[in-house]
Amino acid sequence: MESYLPILYFAAVGAVFPIAILVVMALVRPKRPNPAKLAPYECGVAAPTDAWDHRFSVRYYLIAVLFVVFDVETVFLFPWAVVYDKLLLFGFVEMAVFLYILVLGYVYVWKRGALSWA
Amino acid sequence: MSQSLLYNVLIPVTKAVVCFLVVALVAGVLTLIERRVLAALQIRKGPNRVGWNGALQWLADVVKLITKEDHVPSKAEKVVHLLAPLLVMAPALTVFAVLPFGPDFSVTLPWIGKVTTPVHAAADVNVALLLLLAVSSIGVYGIILGGWGSNSKYALVGGLRSAAQLISYEVPMGFAVVAAILMANSLSLVAIIEAQRKAGVWFVFPGLIAFFCYFVSGVAETNRIPFDLPEAESELVAGFHTEYSGFRWAIFFLSEYANMIVISTVATTLFFGGWLRPFPNVAWLGFLDVVPPMAWLLLKVCLFLFVYIWFRGTFPRYRFDQLMALGWKALLPISLGNLVLVAFAALWGAAGLRVLGAVLTVAFAGGLLWARLRPARPRGTTSMAGRPAEVRV
Repeated sequence: MESYLPILYFAAVGAVFPIAILVVMALVRPKRPNPAKLAPYECGVAAPTDAWDHRFSVRYYLIAVLFVVFDVETVFLFPWAVVYDKLLLFGFVEMAVFLYILVLGYVYVWKRGALSWA
Repeated sequence: MSQSLLYNVLIPVTKAVVCFLVVALVAGVLTLIERRVLAALQIRKGPNRVGWNGALQWLADVVKLITKEDHVPSKAEKVVHLLAPLLVMAPALTVFAVLPFGPDFSVTLPWIGKVTTPVHAAADVNVALLLLLAVSSIGVYGIILGGWGSNSKYALVGGLRSAAQLISYEVPMGFAVVAAILMANSLSLVAIIEAQRKAGVWFVFPGLIAFFCYFVSGVAETNRIPFDLPEAESELVAGFHTEYSGFRWAIFFLSEYANMIVISTVATTLFFGGWLRPFPNVAWLGFLDVVPPMAWLLLKVCLFLFVYIWFRGTFPRYRFDQLMALGWKALLPISLGNLVLVAFAALWGAAGLRVLGAVLTVAFAGGLLWARLRPARPRGTTSMAGRPAEVRV
């Protein structure tokens, strides 16, 4: 486990780094807020509602679900690729079957129009 | 001082601090280089007033960003708005821990003695690649939370688009990376470089298609032109960082450049031999060894960074549905098909990969030649005008 420690340090320093910058910068920069400055970006008229009251396309959820499916497939491929030089033909056939099922689902999703945005 | 403290704490922490300072510096200078290169591509001058021919422009920009007011919109979700930039930057910097910058090296320090670092990578772990993909995708949270927490329509839509784009392109990127793992049979970045030394050629030859998929997805992952949809000015103002100003905006910006450096380094490591010189086993090219390994790596990374800027000066932005179609309907099947192709070639081991590399290289060169030699369009017509009428854009 010791070889993983540097990653932890990098993560810690990576989190402290921007915080430190922001704290130091807070001493330098001006702070003169006024209501107009703090209003959310709009066309000039104050926004009547919160931005998160608006609805957005359900396709974003669909993409997220599809991503989970395909990304899990990718994760299955990682260990397979590492030991591929030992599995060879067996690994190839097995993964071909696995990918065939994946591609079937992919074709189905495509035909149902889940991949087209408009 | 005990040796274990030195090796386990001091050296990694020093590496982290030095690494981040260098990244910040490079990102700053890169903005200047980017503006000058873009200017050259567009036949204008670019920033040339501050310092010698504009050499200090980036420093002036930093000073401006530092002294700018940093405000939080009154309706925003304050905590989320404050934390989002940190959530983007911390993962972008953390992945530098596993990037290998050079082979073994040792220095003799005056009061400590001889210090050897295993590789320039701070952590040579055997799941480096998996860790890299996993950690770098945490940045999506920062972007979507920044967009959502701002409580602004433009920021919200920008954040959503960005999340959809980032996760969509992670799939072909994953498949492309698997093809590289398949050739090296390891997840460790150092082992992948060593495998390229053993194979005698860089993996870009058998992995030409995988490299293409990886780099295109990488450009999309960093929200760079032509995939800068989340911050498309003409429709979304500035996308997810519309409501950010001052140095918290700069943190998003720095993270983007840090991510560009990571993508370039990983592309170099997986497909262009990392710190290896070209054709590492060919003896008569030995004179190339006068260039130190780390310089080879930096040279290749700089080339990729230049390609990033070149893209920006060349390609128009995609529309959002085109972007999604490219990711899901083009890159995904291509990278998946390529994976099967590489796996098939790897059945015959190194020899199979060599044949595949030769075939792909010849096909690529042939394609370039054909594109060059085919009858040119009449002078004065743009590519749009030359298209058949039924293609509506």
